[in-house]
Amino acid sequence: MKVQFAIAPVALMLAVSSALLPAQRSATPKLHKSAAASMKTQLPSMPRFRFENFTAANGLPDDHVFNVLVDGNRIWAATENGLGLFENGKWRTYNTKDGLAHRAVLSLALDKRTGDLWAGTMGGLSRVSGGRIDTFTQLNSGLSNDVVYGVSVEGEHVWVATAAGASMLNLRTNQWSLFNERNTPMFEIWVYGVSATPSKVYFAVWGSGIIEYDQQKKTWDKYDDPDGETEMVLFKDQGLIHEITTSVSYMEKDHILWAATYFGDSHYDGRRWHNFLTKDSGLPSNFTNVVKGVDANHAWFGTDKGLAYYDGINWSVYRPSLTNGKPEMTIRDKNGNVTPVEVSTAPAHNYVLGIDFQGSDIWVATAKGLSHGIHQP
Amino acid sequence: MIALRHISVHTGALSALTAAVAVFTALAAYNWSGRTAQASATSGLTGERLEYASPVELLFSPDEKRLYVLCQQSAEVRVLDAVTYKEFKRIDVGRVPRGFSFSSKGDRLYVANSWDDTISVIDTKTLEPIATWPIAAEPSSIIEDRQGQHLFVANRISNDIAVLDPRTGAEEKRLAGGRGASYITPSSDGARLYVTHVYPNPTSHRAAPDSEITVIDTQRAVVSDRIALPDIAHGFHVAVASDGRLGVAAGLHPRNLVPLAHLEHAGAFTDTITLFGLDIGKPVELPLDELERYAVRPFGVAITPDKSRIFVTCGGSEEVTVVDAPRLLRFIHTHPGSHASDLSASANYVISRIPIGHDPRGVLLTRDGSKLLVANRLDDTISVIDTRTNKLTSTIPLNGPRQLSVLRKGEQTFYTSRYSFQGQIGCANCHIDSTFDGLQWDLEPDGFGRDVVDNRPIEAVKDTEPYKWNGGNPNLPTECGPRTEKFFWRAENYDDLTLTDLVVYVRSLPPRPNRWRLPAGELTAAEERGKALFNRSVDKFHNPIPETNRCGYCHSGSKGTNQKSFDVGTKRATDNSGLLDTPQLTNIAITGPYLHDGSANTLEQIWTIFNPEDKHGRTNDLTKDELNDLIEYLRTR
Repeated sequence: MKVQFAIAPVALMLAVSSALLPAQRSATPKLHKSAAASMKTQLPSMPRFRFENFTAANGLPDDHVFNVLVDGNRIWAATENGLGLFENGKWRTYNTKDGLAHRAVLSLALDKRTGDLWAGTMGGLSRVSGGRIDTFTQLNSGLSNDVVYGVSVEGEHVWVATAAGASMLNLRTNQWSLFNERNTPMFEIWVYGVSATPSKVYFAVWGSGIIEYDQQKKTWDKYDDPDGETEMVLFKDQGLIHEITTSVSYMEKDHILWAATYFGDSHYDGRRWHNFLTKDSGLPSNFTNVVKGVDANHAWFGTDKGLAYYDGINWSVYRPSLTNGKPEMTIRDKNGNVTPVEVSTAPAHNYVLGIDFQGSDIWVATAKGLSHGIHQP
Repeated sequence: MIALRHISVHTGALSALTAAVAVFTALAAYNWSGRTAQASATSGLTGERLEYASPVELLFSPDEKRLYVLCQQSAEVRVLDAVTYKEFKRIDVGRVPRGFSFSSKGDRLYVANSWDDTISVIDTKTLEPIATWPIAAEPSSIIEDRQGQHLFVANRISNDIAVLDPRTGAEEKRLAGGRGASYITPSSDGARLYVTHVYPNPTSHRAAPDSEITVIDTQRAVVSDRIALPDIAHGFHVAVASDGRLGVAAGLHPRNLVPLAHLEHAGAFTDTITLFGLDIGKPVELPLDELERYAVRPFGVAITPDKSRIFVTCGGSEEVTVVDAPRLLRFIHTHPGSHASDLSASANYVISRIPIGHDPRGVLLTRDGSKLLVANRLDDTISVIDTRTNKLTSTIPLNGPRQLSVLRKGEQTFYTSRYSFQGQIGCANCHIDSTFDGLQWDLEPDGFGRDVVDNRPIEAVKDTEPYKWNGGNPNLPTECGPRTEKFFWRAENYDDLTLTDLVVYVRSLPPRPNRWRLPAGELTAAEERGKALFNRSVDKFHNPIPETNRCGYCHSGSKGTNQKSFDVGTKRATDNSGLLDTPQLTNIAITGPYLHDGSANTLEQIWTIFNPEDKHGRTNDLTKDELNDLIEYLRTR
């Protein structure tokens, strides 16, 4: 476990760096071209998009986009060189001179009650409120660590995933609570993601699986590899697929948890786990950076080999082709048949780090630009 | 209706004078005889607290038949006939009410009780309280939006604007305001609220002060904008013209980045208004001062309906400054930009300065704009000004004590600017509402550029001598008397009785309620852990901590000071000495920045940045969790 802990930051950085090159390492899903041709009219109805891509060339602060957040007609982009705001057709960049904690912005969350944006950076946590930026760091506040991988706002609480445990800021009292190996079941404290709701808060902890906090009972629980030794499930659907978790998304209404790891993804309904691997699903890669649930049966996945959508039965993948870079969309049906769909646009890059929705449109943060997927009827 | 809390009180000027002399004599004896002497040796009027009204804000009923007066010291709303000014009702509210307003339908009067952390809800038909809602912390102003959907409350301590459900008082959310959020003014169409704050927003060390007007979208109940007020440290009331095109904010612009040695050149503060809105374009800051005539501490603002006049109350100079609005606009358009340093500017638009009472605060115009009413907080009067002639036409006394107590005279002395050179500044310039200012100052006696010091709060300052960061002033008469006269006022000394009044007042200042302390004084688990760290004598490696390096040694006693000086490793190259008086911990959670020079913006920074050698307590063995616990405990002090 210690080895995993040590390599965690390197893995993220190398992954991002390698993504700057065309990703061509893995085989593409097996295509059933003949079947595709004959079953064209029977293709599952999966969302289709026309992607418009933003890069530094057209105003984005930087091509390396770690996250994206939609706030009505405003789009926030967390980039390696500042926080971008797309409004009225123009980009504006917030950076350290404006008070941002660090130029590299990793995570975003919106306080829907106040309209304030929270941005996790490599140098602390910033709040953007009415144009003013307030910054919280491990030196000037109770924040546990300045490397903020994830942030989630629930009510008057800001939950923060950091490289040294999780933190929670109570906006009413300005008090911080820290969560780490001393007061939770996490035995590693590299927290990569957080999904907070009024009932439960879930943390994706690198090497410690999923940590659950029950807000009513004030109790902690933990989901990791079932046998406690191998870091991953030995048999499919036994539990969380791997302890190297990167992202978590809790659907409170449906009591469903979606979890992403670098070794596959998982779905948990409170009783049963369901695992997703490239070998037995439409997931384009087990190396998953982000999962964003829509409801109990629908979710989006950002992997190192493209953007994927799962509707409970079928899968669709959106990306530049891994072989020739041309726009590509494929649909995998319940029988495992993969059918290419003719498209003229694709997300800016296949290394996907962030996802958010704007009505039926989708915004995708990638390692080489930000993409706006405009839904096509 | 004169109520005396201490029974054995003499009244009458002669008695007061005699008693004041006795107080001064006792204080002097106290100084000379060491700390064993008891302040209770004072007698006569020292302890009296007459029930003054201390009006701070005014409102007309929608039909303009009633005048509502918010009385801070008596904790009441007084209801007067708006024509005869005859009082016909007193309504008790909470402690230290600071702001009030009507509901959108006019059927309720909301009062923000700043020291009770409550809202009083008063039925305007029966004039009876119908509810008291809890709110936090230090509510100072309250406004309901025109649709009656949201109630907005500016909280001075928590630096935010709470949004309440006006039907139930239930808090829905809080919006981040400026530091010391205090005064709310709606735009003319009610679509926006403008919120000012009385303490400067945090900046980097020794940077110019920075403030804002927080703009709230009332329909969405979110912060939609922040109008920057560069160089302003303390914002007070805002007024918006009836056409919605002009906003005026009263503010205090300190000169704290240069040595405080040039009062003769208006080198301490500029008293300004900031103008914004469509008539202006980019906001501009303009002075109300001119040489030898200073509009000290602008507070309340009103604009006549025809936008011909702007009236600004000035608490220190005890006057209403009258601005000719068209001339002001012409000046702005012919002299673009801010002119805060130009003492010749105001002659272009200030047309009158009307002397009124002590510490004038809130203002109120009649609907037709013909009369301006001003609440004179420390006179218990209302000044009535004819806006066509700019003349004081009458002064309406509120029922109450006619005589001045020592405390009252001391408070008047604290708030007036009449004792300083050309009447430029008063104690309250740096001790906003008798607290602090969040600024650092370079005072002359230590040498220019030497010993830049943070302004320490004066709540519960009694019995924490010596004073000054270097502990150089053994008692309050020294602190408030010769030192202040020489290095601040640059004017003649107070007479003995005036100094006594002032000292008695300062010694009487209570601490405001601590918002982190639980009602019964119990501590949370984190605070208990922090308290143990505060008092520990052994570090985590089982090494004994020297007595003088334990938190609880220097910060001992109920006020958190053993009144001795120590070197805590924070001496800067510009400091003459590293030995510093141990500051009290009273309400330390809200009195940042910290350390003698204000270099630590937060409590955390005291130990995460400025304690590398463990001289300011043994703390470098603590985990982040433990440091957080220690700070949680400190916040309860």
